[in-house]
Amino acid sequence: MADSWRQPRRLLLLGLGGLTVFFLMVPTLVVVPMSFTASNALTFPPEGLSLRWYEKMLTDRQWSTGFVNSAQVAIVTAVASTILGTLAALGTVRGRFPGRNATQALILSPLIVPVIIIAIGMFSVFVRWKVAGSLPGLVLAHTALAVPFVVVNVAASLRTVDRNLELAAQSLGASPVRTFRRITLPLILPGVLAGGLFAFITSWDEVVVSIFLTSARFRTLPVEMWEQVRQVVDPTVAAVATTLLVVTTTVLLLAFVVRRQAPAR
Amino acid sequence: MTAALVLRGLRKTYGEVAAVDGVDLEVREGEFITLLGPSGSGKTTTLRMIAGFTQHTAGTIEIAGRDMSQVPPHRRDVGMVFQNYALFPHMTAAENIAFPLEMRQTARSDIRRRVAETLALVKLEGLGNRYPRELSGGQQQRIAFGRAVVFQPRLLLMDEPLGALDKKLREALQLEVMHISRQLGATVIYVTHDQEEALVMSDRIAIFNRGRIEQLGRGDDLYDRPVSLFVADFIGESNILRGRFERDPGGSWLVRSDARWRVGAAQAERAALESGARAALIVRPERFRILGPEEARASRTAANANAVDATVRDALYLGSTRKYELAMADGQTATVRRQVGDGEVERQVGDVVALTWVVDDAVLVADPGA
Repeated sequence: MADSWRQPRRLLLLGLGGLTVFFLMVPTLVVVPMSFTASNALTFPPEGLSLRWYEKMLTDRQWSTGFVNSAQVAIVTAVASTILGTLAALGTVRGRFPGRNATQALILSPLIVPVIIIAIGMFSVFVRWKVAGSLPGLVLAHTALAVPFVVVNVAASLRTVDRNLELAAQSLGASPVRTFRRITLPLILPGVLAGGLFAFITSWDEVVVSIFLTSARFRTLPVEMWEQVRQVVDPTVAAVATTLLVVTTTVLLLAFVVRRQAPAR
Repeated sequence: MTAALVLRGLRKTYGEVAAVDGVDLEVREGEFITLLGPSGSGKTTTLRMIAGFTQHTAGTIEIAGRDMSQVPPHRRDVGMVFQNYALFPHMTAAENIAFPLEMRQTARSDIRRRVAETLALVKLEGLGNRYPRELSGGQQQRIAFGRAVVFQPRLLLMDEPLGALDKKLREALQLEVMHISRQLGATVIYVTHDQEEALVMSDRIAIFNRGRIEQLGRGDDLYDRPVSLFVADFIGESNILRGRFERDPGGSWLVRSDARWRVGAAQAERAALESGARAALIVRPERFRILGPEEARASRTAANANAVDATVRDALYLGSTRKYELAMADGQTATVRRQVGDGEVERQVGDVVALTWVVDDAVLVADPGA
């Protein structure tokens, strides 16, 4: 009886869900077949099948340096924002100090402030500091954007760790630093790693701030794509986009798997 | 010999509210002291201040003669057992026990030996490789206890450690914790709201009420000589007879509209009340005797006994004792326990009797009113 009216509802739900996924995914996935085209034009459906654009991507200096630059920036950003974000989460979750909520809001603000405003602000300051158009400058900017993701992930993990565990460790002779290393960190590690992976992706995908803060001599992959698409429409872009997509998806999946590893209890 | 722990004028305030309001306590080496009181009476806050988890507002804490004001928790050399065990979930039982030794840079071979000894002490040999989630609540608490004693701390603090366990297990562990603590010569500060647990385990009990120690003493002191209505009410069952304290050349009296009862000279002196003050006599249920009207008339003339008329409302047979609920002349209920046998006459519901008690068996305390 229950199934007789539940069945059509289920179908409707499945249909709607499928449609949503379709609209979300297709524009992204269209570039994948396009990257395997044999023709010189960026068209859909692709004509013929070839890996020539992947070959070009790997051999072209501009693309390969872009790839290396992006990876460098993303890795350094991930490491820096994981460290800073974890410390910030510790401070705002465990700490008791006046202005704690304001501090938390300030740290999370890059999630809310329009990116273009951040980009313009950073550009004008970084030019004066002479770090615009360089790796340190971009890492600095991306770290500011990525820290909130780490803070959110680590704070969520931290709230599940019983405060008494830390107190117990201290009463047993562990200094606050050792308590963190031996007790807190192992228990929040899934959150820390997930936050780090999100930070990596935040930097890896970033275009807006990067356009302002890169130069002809130092360009990341997404900025290179942006420049290329505006000048020549060459299927290499599709090959690069596909590569980017694969890396991002892999890292995201990894982040979800890691986050599932709830602390043993 | 210096005391293991000295608290002087210890206070903790949160804004306007004093959670702990001037606690003084001196604990001897090897003593088992229980902080007993209702929730919110300041006992746990006091324990956390001793551990160093909570900064005290005023007063001093000395452990083994050393002032602890500026000493962080990890240098206080104090073992702590929590109600929820607080075992490290990512470490095995043996690793949990080894933790305090590792923090003290103990040699590896020593650690292995002492962990094995401790597992044997808490009767969990062979379970060292289990993770906490693979152990029962009672086993987890044994590991937590082992972890807190393995490094022979100066003080062992326990915060309602058996509160989460069922009654039978709790009673077994009470004895075990007590025996092991004695065997190790540990100085223990134990927090509970369970008076039976306190009576079973402690050398001395500190009764907490509203952030202060209301009375400190051995179990029988608290039971037989409570200093206040609160203590009398908190420890054991008591019958509270309220009235006014009067003193005249004939002696000391508790005066009520319907009766006048003699107060023992020692009691009167101890309570040190002004004539006319509101006061109460506390009579434990087993101190009452129930007499028939005939016997009562005879005993009423005795100078060392008091009596009150009452009617039996309930007569409950409890095996080794009989428990009676009686309505006294003024309507108040009295509870009486009598040992079965010993020529004790069994009373029936509806019997009109006299409750009598020896003057010195009733404790006089001030009645602060509602």
